[in-house]
Amino acid sequence: MSERPEALRFQFEDLDQQRAADEFGMWVFLLTEVLFFGALFLVYAVARWNHPEAFIDGSHLLNATLGTVNTAILLTSSLAIAVADLAVREDARRLARWMLSATLLLGLAFLAVKGYEYLLEYRHHRVPFLDRPFEWPGPDAREGRLFFNLYFAMTGLHALHLVVGCGLVCAMLWLNERSRLPARLTAQVRAAGLYWHFVDVVWVFLFPLLYLVR
Amino acid sequence: MADRDTLPRPNYLLDGGTTLKRWLLTTDHKRVAWLYMVSITFFFLLGSAAALLMRLELLTPEGDLLTAEMYNRMFSLHGIIMVWFFLVPAIPATLGNFLIPLMIGAKDLAFPRLNLLSWYIYAFGAAFTVWATVAGGVDTGWTFYTPLSSMFANGNVSAAILGVFIVGFSSILTGINFIVTVHRMRAPGMTWFRLPLFVWANYATAIIMVLATPVLAITLLLVFVERAFGIGIFDPALGGDPLLFQHLFWFYSHPAVYIMILPGMGVVSELVACFARKRVFGYGLMAGSILAIAFLGFLVWGHHMFVSGQAAYAGLMFGLLSFLVAVPSAIKVFNWTATLFRGSIVLETGMLYALGFIGLFTIGGLTGLMLASMAIDVHVHDTYFVVAHFHYIMVGGMVMAYLGGLHFWWPKLTGRLYNEFWGRFSAVAIFVGFNLTFFPQFIMGYQGMPRRYHSYTPEYEPWHVLSSAGAVLLAIGYFLPLLNLGWSMLRGRAAGDNPWGATGLEWRTTSPPPPHNFRNPPVVQREAYDYGSDDAPVPDREMPR
Repeated sequence: MSERPEALRFQFEDLDQQRAADEFGMWVFLLTEVLFFGALFLVYAVARWNHPEAFIDGSHLLNATLGTVNTAILLTSSLAIAVADLAVREDARRLARWMLSATLLLGLAFLAVKGYEYLLEYRHHRVPFLDRPFEWPGPDAREGRLFFNLYFAMTGLHALHLVVGCGLVCAMLWLNERSRLPARLTAQVRAAGLYWHFVDVVWVFLFPLLYLVR
Repeated sequence: MADRDTLPRPNYLLDGGTTLKRWLLTTDHKRVAWLYMVSITFFFLLGSAAALLMRLELLTPEGDLLTAEMYNRMFSLHGIIMVWFFLVPAIPATLGNFLIPLMIGAKDLAFPRLNLLSWYIYAFGAAFTVWATVAGGVDTGWTFYTPLSSMFANGNVSAAILGVFIVGFSSILTGINFIVTVHRMRAPGMTWFRLPLFVWANYATAIIMVLATPVLAITLLLVFVERAFGIGIFDPALGGDPLLFQHLFWFYSHPAVYIMILPGMGVVSELVACFARKRVFGYGLMAGSILAIAFLGFLVWGHHMFVSGQAAYAGLMFGLLSFLVAVPSAIKVFNWTATLFRGSIVLETGMLYALGFIGLFTIGGLTGLMLASMAIDVHVHDTYFVVAHFHYIMVGGMVMAYLGGLHFWWPKLTGRLYNEFWGRFSAVAIFVGFNLTFFPQFIMGYQGMPRRYHSYTPEYEPWHVLSSAGAVLLAIGYFLPLLNLGWSMLRGRAAGDNPWGATGLEWRTTSPPPPHNFRNPPVVQREAYDYGSDDAPVPDREMPR
């Protein structure tokens, strides 16, 4: 029997099987995530169906400019991690380091902009929970609360996923410096990249639903 | 068997360390199965204790043992613990964890560390549940309906919800692991249509876990943020929709019913084939009907909501789709019967449990059809008829299958044989005790006894007395396997590698198996249940008459 490669974990027969299993596992996990957010999108759809006016008014109160900037930031970060994925596969560690750093910085920039938006909403009394004062210019302030509750729940959950993503990219940066096993690193960066893209895709749906559809 | 005596026999129970630390840090799927088995047994006892208190209270029409408040907490605790901390992980996380890699000829699951992590997540979620219990319990029922759970209930709802939320991720991780393992880890020659039906059943269960559990997770999270921070999503005062909670809850919880029965069907298929010594009748249809049940299970949640105010036409469709589930379920029952037909039947302990399963599942399934008909459901909604129905499926079905499977594979798990007489005795005691407990509930439910009340009018008393008497017998029945199997670990005779003469790769390795399952990587050359062939395995010990 031939020598087992060092990157091969005991339960697998060969590297192809290991790679296929790792990648498939990540896809199945993302399937779970799709249903996780999917239910939230359904809640949004039902609420919007019931209260279309309040949701249109609410959408006008959000800062579409900052939302657009954030969309651009996040899409660019996806490009960066896609390049990092290719770089790691070619064992171009320097390029991978740059691209992973860019991904991380863009992710943090997104969170900073999002935080700034939250701050603006806090100042303008648009936070309808934790007994904060709530101001609503239109007629149906109660449904307005529902809109902002959903806005904070959805974007908050997305931001939480992005924080996890940033942690993953940090880990990849560290592994990129340390790892002696290219086969293992490739699989790890591939999994992190898939997760990162998923978080982006969620935003691609959140952005128009909350900011643009009027 | 010369080589059995001469070659060393590595054993996963001893090799790899026997200290507590080695067990808690193990990534061996067989050991993780034990971690789960010990944990779910603890929760089964806790949930049973709550049920026994309820049955004692219901012995008399007056509310004398428990206050109404306390009674509410008891049935909530019973439901939450039995559903999420016992039934959902019962077969997949124990027997499934142990057997799937063995049955497909793999060294372990695809992600052994993820498997251990799933148990730690289970334990973490369980800690929240224990905390909620010790701190005084919850009174929302296991369903956590809003706005009761979000605005009015004043028990430890948040802790209980967090416990269920967390434990959900443990079943998601188990599901991912099973799906990837079945797709990618099969031994050479183990094609999809040579998979044992137990693997098919757990595979379908894993798909439901991965697709349905996240919906429950986000739904409970929304209730939690409403309680904790006031972020009202289902709050009717803000124009939110409390009924939407019910839709989302049952979108998970109806498929979860199939999480709680499909693995049992898998176990029974193995047991019936082995103890009738015949091929499973209609293997392809059996596998197909498992997948069909898993698929249809996602389309029927509205039958829990016939009287909730959902549209009558929606109710009609949900009723119709629910009838469709009966088709693959009936295929399974008929095929088990056809497998038994003209088989060389041996009434071993495992077989008695399997036969009990078939009978009780059939009653549970047929009453399910009655409940799926709107006209009947409006009459018996929220009565003991419903309680009896789902206990026939979940206890009569799943717990029977779990115990049957546990006895069947016990020699493989431990390398020991239990006492056959007490094994059979327990199967019969549980069957009788179960029927005595729950059959009267059909009758009083149909007569109008509502569920979730701690006192009742005297006309129902005889039925309640019968039911409580049955519960005591049932409790004794459940203690017997605990004693019998526990005793066998200390004093049981050594089991051969294949005491039942079963086909299947798990019987081709030693009992108990070595750490990486097989001495030589297995190659599969035949279908799953070739009991008819001339060189089919023979029992590795004397079969009782």
